[in-house]
Amino acid sequence: MTELHTQTLAELSAGIKAKKFSSVELTRHFLNRIEKFDAELNAFITVTPELALTQAQAADARIAAGQASVLTGLPLAHKDIFCTDGVLTSCASKMLSNFVSPYDATVVARLKDQGVVMLGKTNMDEFAMGSSNETSYYGAVKNPWNLTKVPGGSSGGSAAAVAARIAPAATGTDTGGSIRQPAALTSLTGIKPTYGRVSRYGMIAFASSLDQGGVMCLSAEDAALLLQAMSGFDERDSTSVEMPVPDYRTTLNQPLKGLKIGLVKEFFEQGLSEENAKPVRDALAVYEQLGAQLVEVSLPNLPLSVPTYYVVAPAECSSNLSRFDGVRFGYRCDNPKDLMDLYTRSRAEGFGSEVKRRIMTGAYVLSAGYYDAYYLRAQKIRRLITEEFAAAFQKVDVLMGPTSPTTAFDIGAKVDDPVTMYLNDIYTIGANLAGLPAMSIPCGFLGGLPVGLQIIGSHFAEAKLLNVAHGYQQVTDWHKRMPERYA
Amino acid sequence: MIQTSNDVMTWETVIGLEIHAQLATKTKIFSGSSTAFGAAPNTQANLVDLGYPGVLPVLNQNAVKMAVKFGLAVGASVATRSVFARKNYFYPDLPKGYQISQYELPIVEHGKMDILLEDGSTKTIRITRAHLEEDAGKSLHEDFHGFTGIDLNRAGTPLIEIVSEPDMRSAKEAVAYMKKIHTLVRYLDICDGNMQEGSFRCDANVSVRKVGAEKFGTRCEIKNLNSFRFIEKAINYEVARQIELIEGGGTVQQQTRLYDPDKGETRALRSKEEANDYRYFPDPDLLPVVLDDALINGIRASLPELPDEKAQRLVREFDLPAYDASVLTASRELSEFYEQVTALLKGDAKQNTKLAANWVMGEVSAALNRDSLEITESKVTAEALAVLLSRINDSTISGKLAKEVFEAMWSEGKSADAVIEEKGLKQITDSSAIEKAIDDIIAANPKQLADYRSGKDKLFAFFVGQVMKVTAGKANPSQVNELLKQKLAG
Repeated sequence: MTELHTQTLAELSAGIKAKKFSSVELTRHFLNRIEKFDAELNAFITVTPELALTQAQAADARIAAGQASVLTGLPLAHKDIFCTDGVLTSCASKMLSNFVSPYDATVVARLKDQGVVMLGKTNMDEFAMGSSNETSYYGAVKNPWNLTKVPGGSSGGSAAAVAARIAPAATGTDTGGSIRQPAALTSLTGIKPTYGRVSRYGMIAFASSLDQGGVMCLSAEDAALLLQAMSGFDERDSTSVEMPVPDYRTTLNQPLKGLKIGLVKEFFEQGLSEENAKPVRDALAVYEQLGAQLVEVSLPNLPLSVPTYYVVAPAECSSNLSRFDGVRFGYRCDNPKDLMDLYTRSRAEGFGSEVKRRIMTGAYVLSAGYYDAYYLRAQKIRRLITEEFAAAFQKVDVLMGPTSPTTAFDIGAKVDDPVTMYLNDIYTIGANLAGLPAMSIPCGFLGGLPVGLQIIGSHFAEAKLLNVAHGYQQVTDWHKRMPERYA
Repeated sequence: MIQTSNDVMTWETVIGLEIHAQLATKTKIFSGSSTAFGAAPNTQANLVDLGYPGVLPVLNQNAVKMAVKFGLAVGASVATRSVFARKNYFYPDLPKGYQISQYELPIVEHGKMDILLEDGSTKTIRITRAHLEEDAGKSLHEDFHGFTGIDLNRAGTPLIEIVSEPDMRSAKEAVAYMKKIHTLVRYLDICDGNMQEGSFRCDANVSVRKVGAEKFGTRCEIKNLNSFRFIEKAINYEVARQIELIEGGGTVQQQTRLYDPDKGETRALRSKEEANDYRYFPDPDLLPVVLDDALINGIRASLPELPDEKAQRLVREFDLPAYDASVLTASRELSEFYEQVTALLKGDAKQNTKLAANWVMGEVSAALNRDSLEITESKVTAEALAVLLSRINDSTISGKLAKEVFEAMWSEGKSADAVIEEKGLKQITDSSAIEKAIDDIIAANPKQLADYRSGKDKLFAFFVGQVMKVTAGKANPSQVNELLKQKLAG
């Protein structure tokens, strides 16, 4: 039998169904691997072995009773940004290092309903602010492909856990690339669905108009399975969209002949060396062989997406993070002498420097006299970028390009230079600003480090994205490569 | 009250009000928690109200409908698209660190409200806007020994903030306007109007300027006034303070001030420099509120008769004086009581409506005031009062005796007929009995008769008085008049 941890969710599901192994056995296997490898990876903030085994036993009972769904009994890790009832939900911040959530996020509840087993909560950049997983209060996460490198961020713990096969899949969130960039840097399949497709209820907000939950896993098929269960309208999230969720698996195998792929001119001009572009170009050639047609498209305002994002996201975060005030939950400073002292010290001591930098930036761009010049102007550019994407999708089915300008970089290399760090998300931010679904899939290696291909679709075209990704994965095996150390 | 030697007449007061009316929804504006008043602290605050990590607001559509009702009732334009914004500031009773309100695009704009001035004329107060927002919780500074207690039951209760133009020129006008809005929101059934519980309160922006000046003076905002009496007192105090300050060579500083009802004065809370920059921006957690014409028209069609319309109808149809009409329509319950009484009276409609108006505004209101009761708690029901007034109309009793009957009805809870019967107050309408009494009196007063007949008309009243005296006031006055005239004429 193939090692359990090298299998996709789809394969594991079939194995459970065929009674090759139980959920408890499967869960134990991954818990053992976490035990063995996580000390060096630091992918998890919290591991919940007892809860996982209890859930696995319940899943086995459900399977025995013939009431299982395709996901029942499969283990998974949640990014520590999702609230989990009775379990520490820290958002990788000292501010919430004592916060045990009294409720489940909708994403968590929906997967729980399917009988999915939670292994634990994964590390991340503090409040999802970062592109390298170095801003975590719980320390940096290592890239399983090279332990001196970052795994990307902010969903770096989820990426490292799945890449090292210590979890078969994990949830993530993507505000400016936080699923796709780490997926690219660790050779995973990651999808950020359309804004409004997955409920944000219980997902601790960073930038509400950009945040979207998604998954990181080993194949497009696995992404389809998980997304199916997570998606759909939630009456507790006013921005979730009331639209039926299609059965993503039924369209995975549609032929790609005639597919029109738009190559975003600005993606290949902006900060991308020819060497780094090569695996992406090779992937495009594979699509051509599958019958797709490549069309160059231009989104002239796209190069403004990084500055636009760094106005909108901090503005929203400065307000979203105001609730962390030391009054009702979370970190409170010792012996506050008065209310102002309670506020200032609790927040000064509870937040890390990147979070503070963004709160201050956000407060500044919203302040009287600056609002029009920054916030309003950024919203206008955001609208223009959205319109340019919409115009592009009149001509093509999907857009493709690189996910990240570089492969995984050294831990510590960019921590002192926020602007260089922010440029990691140069290709991913556009989809967030426009609310579009986007994926990253493995498409090769450079110097032993993974490279990702980004695929962006029109609103609610998740089925198309998964179909396009799956087609590629049927004729390539980049997504099956794994770091030798964890094979 | 500060004494000022100068002539107050050279100063003009300018007042604008921001009225906060809690909407009478069962649940909060963005969560499913109950809005009922008086529960144990923090028992009506769920995770959304507490601002827990990850929670999101979901708009209560009933609050929107109530705001639309208000907008239509004040002749305002109701926005087909309005937007919730975040007002950012830190305070312990504001759990999220921001209040969800409306800023650039409120749901209601450009309304108006007429008030009746003391000279009987009408003045229109313009309503700039009314927007939806959530209330904050309460900070309890007493009983915690150096700490502050926080009760978040009120956090998230829906409010409309009704902002007027600076159109009022005296504390009395401000109170008249506030009362009209108070009446209206209760007619519309969108606010219980309970000022003691804080369901209806206001901030007053007050400034003074020389009569004839074009520019407004620097204003001060007096926060959280929750009784009509306090509003009047606070404004008058503040006006006198500002005048004295300017006349003493000083200048008014733009400030937020608090009224202390115990001391009867306002005191500075914070200055303009200390004011927060609220960093408003559209709340990304909530979609714009989009209303279609069908919904707005449906709400328009469901509006009850409004107080001003009702008052105008009473004047038009019943010839009631404008003052009476405004008093009787001051609350929906009072006007309903009044209309119920008039509907039950038979005979001449105009006469009856005036009779009923006098009684509701007179005896009934006096008794309610005396016993501190609301009209809905009146010890004499509309039906019972109608029976009593019918007894006046059918000459069973005189109007004067009816007051005695009313008092007995009020205190003993009996019907008009039972009281009349019991006390033997039934009017004498038997003309032979009245004739007999008249004959006796004429016989006993020959001198007065002779004087009368020689032209001393004034003596007629003497004879009426004598007749009423011997009949213990029970003789029907018009019959007495008629028969006396005949008999005295000889």
